[in-house]
Amino acid sequence: MKYHYYPGCSLEGTAREYDLSTRAVMTSMGAQLMEIEDWACCGAGAAETISYLLSLALPARNLAIAEKQEDGRDILVPCSACYLNLKKVEEKTRREPELLDTLNSILAEDHLQLNRSVHVRHLLDILANDLGADAFRPKVKNVFQNFRIAPYYGCQCLRPYAVFDDPETPYTMEPLIEATGAQIHPWNLGGKCCGASHMNTDMDVNLELVTAILRGAKGADAIVTVCPMCQMNLEAYQQKISRRCNEDLHMTVLYLPQLIGLALGLSKQDLGLNLNLSITKRFRATLHF
Amino acid sequence: MDQLAAKEANTAKLPPPDVLAPVQEMVRACIQCGTCSASCPNEFAMDHTPRKLWRMVLMGLKDQIFQSKTFSLCSNCYYCTLRCPRGLPLTEAMDALKQIAAREHLAKYRQSTLFYKNFLRSVRRHGRVNEMEFMAFYFAALRNPFFPLRFAPLGARLMLKRKVSVAVPLTARRPLEAIFRKVETLEDRP
Repeated sequence: MKYHYYPGCSLEGTAREYDLSTRAVMTSMGAQLMEIEDWACCGAGAAETISYLLSLALPARNLAIAEKQEDGRDILVPCSACYLNLKKVEEKTRREPELLDTLNSILAEDHLQLNRSVHVRHLLDILANDLGADAFRPKVKNVFQNFRIAPYYGCQCLRPYAVFDDPETPYTMEPLIEATGAQIHPWNLGGKCCGASHMNTDMDVNLELVTAILRGAKGADAIVTVCPMCQMNLEAYQQKISRRCNEDLHMTVLYLPQLIGLALGLSKQDLGLNLNLSITKRFRATLHF
Repeated sequence: MDQLAAKEANTAKLPPPDVLAPVQEMVRACIQCGTCSASCPNEFAMDHTPRKLWRMVLMGLKDQIFQSKTFSLCSNCYYCTLRCPRGLPLTEAMDALKQIAAREHLAKYRQSTLFYKNFLRSVRRHGRVNEMEFMAFYFAALRNPFFPLRFAPLGARLMLKRKVSVAVPLTARRPLEAIFRKVETLEDRP
């Protein structure tokens, strides 16, 4: 199993543990990740608020570079915002051939050309469908018995393109979590919005959304995420939120491959568990393996 | 002179007349069912609901649209796009309004525009965003000495974890310069 790998900017900075744990889990399952050479920013949530063309040209550049590399047809993308930006180029150029020409006229400035020969895949899609819970189950060394995990999908791996999951009632994480021995926390907030970058521009509005999610997760031992933006919003403001609503809303928040990696017996260091901003003392105490 | 400057700051420059035409095209088939409003996670904080905003777009009510916070409060969750019974690209229509506000430097949206512009400024310099540099650009552009304090505790935690660093690469390699330039030419922007 070979994949092109597009980590994206967050995974080099605030989401380093997502990069570490993605690589660790994929490698331990026998997959090979080939990082796209000289990859650059996909435009994140920023380009689309400034320029439509730029919001497609930036991800298109990364796809064009991946195409030049040999082997591998699929690009593995762990960040949901990067995933959607790259996916948009794949979907839109399929429907609008003239858009492909425009993008290629831009890429030509960088001596690149997009031929639409690579396929954009989210990490969750690959974990759930290429590997699958059945592949993980026999390799589980540490069983998360009596753990209750709240699967949080966020928005952009689910919508607008319903590629690998139900965009209204997502479920792909459930068999993966159950393979670790944990139970699923019953809730309907898994596909709701974390507020994204409103935390930087409209913090009060954003805190409302995060408060509802943290409240809904009460009773779970941890929330697992598949997006650096969701992870940051859910983990970084818990103290502020708890103080604001006079309610203890502290909650462990892990990236999905961190949970899977722990179950597979990978080391906490390899999974970057020291980098998370919110792992409760109680949760740490229960991780005695 | 001061009076004139004050007046200019108050009456934020409004976009030229045909600026809404592409957005109108996107929402032309809206039947005003309100599924978008009911699906929007940020609707509670908006002055006009998304449903009403689309009507305002079709009626060409530019002044009201660009006095409203509604489109800048869209967090791109794509629920409305997914559920719209007419299949309209509503999230992209919100983006299109944000793009107009950014292009026209409308004062009302200064904060979010500066956030995203400075993000892209860092990307243009280095190819990848440098989170510390970009937040520094953003804070400097806002010119509000108290605003960064809201982020200071988080910044300190991230630095302790060595997730962000104050060391910004000195040489800007600008690997995306050609792409940024070409896009500007195609969009006829300076």
